[in-house]
Amino acid sequence: MSQKAIKFGDNIDTDQIIGSQHLSLPNIEEMSVYTFEHHPRFAADFVKGDAVVGEENFGCGSSREQAPAVLKALGVSAVIAKSFARIFFRNAINLGLPLIECPEADRITHLDVLVIDQAQGKIINQTKGESYAIVPMTGFLKEVLEAGGIAPYKKMKRDEAKHSHPSF
Amino acid sequence: MNEIESIIAKHAAVERVVPGEIVEVTVDFVMTNDATTALNISIFEDTLEGDTIWDNEKLIMVMDHYTPSNTVAAANTHKIMRDFAKKQAVKYVYDGVGICHQVMLEEHIMPGQLIIGADSHTCSYGAIGALSTGMGSTDIAVSWLDGKTWLKVPETIKIILDGKASNGVYSKDITLKVISDLTAKGATYKAIVFEGEAVSAMSIAERMTLCNMVIEAGGKFAYIKPDEKVKQYLNSRGRNDAFELDVCEGGQYERIIRYDISNLEPQIACPHFVDNICGISEVLGLEMDEFFIGACTNGRYEDLKVAADILKGKKIAPQTRLIVTPASREIYKQAARDGLLEIFMDSGAMICNPGCSTCFGATEGLLGDGERLLTTANRNFIGRVGSKDSYIYLASPAVVAVSAITGKITDPREVL
Ligand code: SF4
Repeated sequence: MSQKAIKFGDNIDTDQIIGSQHLSLPNIEEMSVYTFEHHPRFAADFVKGDAVVGEENFGCGSSREQAPAVLKALGVSAVIAKSFARIFFRNAINLGLPLIECPEADRITHLDVLVIDQAQGKIINQTKGESYAIVPMTGFLKEVLEAGGIAPYKKMKRDEAKHSHPSF
Repeated sequence: MNEIESIIAKHAAVERVVPGEIVEVTVDFVMTNDATTALNISIFEDTLEGDTIWDNEKLIMVMDHYTPSNTVAAANTHKIMRDFAKKQAVKYVYDGVGICHQVMLEEHIMPGQLIIGADSHTCSYGAIGALSTGMGSTDIAVSWLDGKTWLKVPETIKIILDGKASNGVYSKDITLKVISDLTAKGATYKAIVFEGEAVSAMSIAERMTLCNMVIEAGGKFAYIKPDEKVKQYLNSRGRNDAFELDVCEGGQYERIIRYDISNLEPQIACPHFVDNICGISEVLGLEMDEFFIGACTNGRYEDLKVAADILKGKKIAPQTRLIVTPASREIYKQAARDGLLEIFMDSGAMICNPGCSTCFGATEGLLGDGERLLTTANRNFIGRVGSKDSYIYLASPAVVAVSAITGKITDPREVL
């Protein structure tokens, strides 16, 4: 499945993703209207299923989970960046929003058409005819992401524990 | 193991941990504030189908970002928090008492503890030898189930600060210098241990400034080994429990960075990134519209004292405004007793109730189009304090105070 890249640069902070004035709105759907409000091309060009692409340190700044949450609510298929800020990374995994670490994310330009091939560990840039390696996700984090986030993961673990009978 | 690893190992109930390993830890406290608690609650109740929180004395709730509530939406958020606190019999709920981190340090934190908070500047508690870090709402809500969370054991950078700061140079300047060298992502996923003679010489308030901003370099934990000063601070706050001064022999560090801060000049972070930092000499004379002294970075008594000493008998520049917001009620009371508030008012300042205030950019002191703010806070992101076309500069309380008098960026060493 292909998707458009909505491209940003280095150090995209969580205030830019969702401003603090909007955090007291009652739910993520209402907040999501203000996603990247100071980057008009997001509203102009983003359609559900597109990928958000940054460069270094995507998601730095505050711990607000509303940042990955609004992206997820809007149907961002994946966030691709050269590197992610720690709390944003954790929050996104917890919510089941796919993050893709790609050292060559700076080669992607706004509106390039991408195909993400997790199995092969690469992103194909159809517009440019290029392909980039992605850093594979492993272990615990992969399990959480595959479960759809930490809440379903925890639930799954709780259910497993309930259903495993002692062996005598 | 180093200091960080040994505290994590203790909370994971294992002999040892190594960087990169993922461990489950039991936390001593979970702190949440009004910027995100409503979301934590809905995740806890709806998504996780949580029932009773693990410990009603270990979840600490603080209303500080939108306090007193400035919109109906904020009032409803507070109502959700209060109702939840009542239902769960949460013992510690602070409303208008101060900024969450300041309140945690004043009332609860002990060295050697491990704390998670729903706020990125939770890393501040390293100032008194606790490990603490910020997390998002789902992590926080999950921790309410059983008081546990998962952590990836970080690599540790040791920063040694040698030398003695010259007059007019403060912990904030040292902190900005360190962030500028590390860059906004230089410590991502990492812990930072500070030591050296300049750190030993710092007051607890100054150490809080230093640890507070570690997140601006992406850091996970900040840590300063507790000493006599920490003991005195805790005793002065009525916490007399003994704590271990941990000895960590043979700890490994990813890197060790050494500074001699003796010749450091006051530092300024320019728009729109915290690591866009220069010495004050490069921006002298730049005109400002608003000045702010406060935030969990620099809203403590010591900060207000430095500012008041400079502002005493002086007026702020015409057509500018100075907002002073003590970080906690304790600090507010002390500043009132000692005449600091009167000095600020006489100078033309507005004094706000303890809380995040202008730092958060959702309540008071927002900027209009094209305006410039010089602030003691920790972030200068685009639109953080109002208009997306405004400009935020970060500096020490001394720089902010002296610049408020002239209306433009001024070197405090000229008057001190
Ligand atoms: S004072 Fe500012 S940085 Fe500190 S917790 Fe409040 S909003 Fe966050």
